[in-house]
Amino acid sequence: MALDVLIVDDSAAIRKILQRVLVQADVMLGKVFEANDGQEALEKLGSNKVGLILSDINMPNMDGLEFLARIRADEQWKNVPIVMITTEGSQNKVMQALQLGANGYVRKPFTAEQIKEKLVGII
Amino acid sequence: MENEKLIAGICSATGEVFSMMLGIELQNGESHQETADDESFDGVVGLIGLAGAWVGAGRLSCSAEFAMQVSTALLATPYESVNAEVLDAMAEVTNMIFGNVKTNIEEEYGAMGLSIPTVIYGRNYKARSVSSSGWTVVPFFCGKERMDVKICLAPGSGAFARAEQIVHQALRP
Repeated sequence: MALDVLIVDDSAAIRKILQRVLVQADVMLGKVFEANDGQEALEKLGSNKVGLILSDINMPNMDGLEFLARIRADEQWKNVPIVMITTEGSQNKVMQALQLGANGYVRKPFTAEQIKEKLVGII
Repeated sequence: MENEKLIAGICSATGEVFSMMLGIELQNGESHQETADDESFDGVVGLIGLAGAWVGAGRLSCSAEFAMQVSTALLATPYESVNAEVLDAMAEVTNMIFGNVKTNIEEEYGAMGLSIPTVIYGRNYKARSVSSSGWTVVPFFCGKERMDVKICLAPGSGAFARAEQIVHQALRP
């Protein structure tokens, strides 16, 4: 069954790369929604159903941690798998993301294999 | 010693980004210090600010041809001119390299934040930092192409910087 995905990153390049990497990771992609930041991601989600969210942490307007907290506090979205993908290497932020309910964490740079491994058991 | 760690941090971050994201193996050149950056330049420059206990800037520069080669490898799309997608790709490469440099050197320099990257493309232009501290420059080679990764850092003087330095020193074993 095709998987609808939301990719949240302020870099258009990374959003494009992640779409390609998901295909390389054998994910059967359905609709792909893209957002520049957490605020836009919440708006894009609206009534759309997605089966996976990939989100950066450091973004303008609403960062990935606040977006994650909002998603986990929302009855409709609290169980959707979220993987954080970011250059942020600070252990504090990694711990914060996991405590807020992220299902996984991948540091940029990444390979398609790393994304694939991270998605095993999540989707 | 600090400079050696900085250079090692740059080499490791740049090598990882190119190898993992682009499938390109770079050759490291000989690092050096630069006190002024007054030379005219043709090509693409990515700039990013660093702020924390230490403050400064990171800079990546290469030819337009290499920027297109990098973007083609990163986005799996052929580029024959420096367009918005190439500039976005170079901004992301700048962000990933200095994001990882930051992580590699934070133990020594304290926690830092990164600004949003800026990319400039043109001919015969100069880019100058007003910092009095020099640049640590590490050149990288890919065939005939050269890419310079530079960083300048100086102790910050603000309240955040002082607090960071105190905490950093207190936490040192």
